[in-house]
Amino acid sequence: MIVTNIETVPGKQIVKHLGLVSGNTVRSKHAGRDIMAGLKNIFGGELKGYTELLTESREEATERMIEQARAIGANAVVNVRFSTSSVAAGAAELFAYGTAVVVE
Amino acid sequence: MYDLILFLVLLLLGYVFGQRAEKRHFKSIIEREQTLRDILVFSERRIPDEDQLEGILVSGNVVISVDFFKRFVAGLRNLVGGRVSSYESLLERARREAILRMKDAARRKGATAVWNLRLETASIYKGAQNAVGAVEVVAYGTAVRQRR
Repeated sequence: MIVTNIETVPGKQIVKHLGLVSGNTVRSKHAGRDIMAGLKNIFGGELKGYTELLTESREEATERMIEQARAIGANAVVNVRFSTSSVAAGAAELFAYGTAVVVE
Repeated sequence: MYDLILFLVLLLLGYVFGQRAEKRHFKSIIEREQTLRDILVFSERRIPDEDQLEGILVSGNVVISVDFFKRFVAGLRNLVGGRVSSYESLLERARREAILRMKDAARRKGATAVWNLRLETASIYKGAQNAVGAVEVVAYGTAVRQRR
């Protein structure tokens, strides 16, 4: 599965468009990370736990999108976009979407 | 009275450690920017001469929080309006760090350039009580390498 965020796949021709595919996941922090974040709140700096959490979640959302694309017979996803929104205090939704295509 | 002392201690701690962390972070950003200089990044979406290339999605992200002192200063700034320089430097650090991590991911995949760079900023803890002034920046783009 080839994933790009441009309209084409470099070096390949798109022969068929299969429409929009998307994947999402909602994650929330756990208490341990929250305590660390509280400390960082005073000293400043990177919140490593959150960085990891969001990286994992984004990978998960991308994975779900790819799964959906595979299910409809695509072999590439182009024009992928990510978006983040906070649904409730302490929980964030990670969303990935793109166009499923067949290339050769 | 104790509250006031605690507040001043937190302010001092935030100032001392926050400034030191920021200085160190900027130093490391500048160093790594030098070593990753050969990976070119474009926000242009059309890749010239793409026949011999293959593309892979790469991304980098970071969550950074401001210190207590800067948040206090920003709160004061809120009263009169104007430039909130303490948040400006926070976002600059986050953005440069995210781009660096994306470049690093591109290098690990053997790519030489990244096209169609997109940056997205989200504030974590929006609307929460005792909100942490933390932002997440994610940078992503299509890395290209020679077809094998």
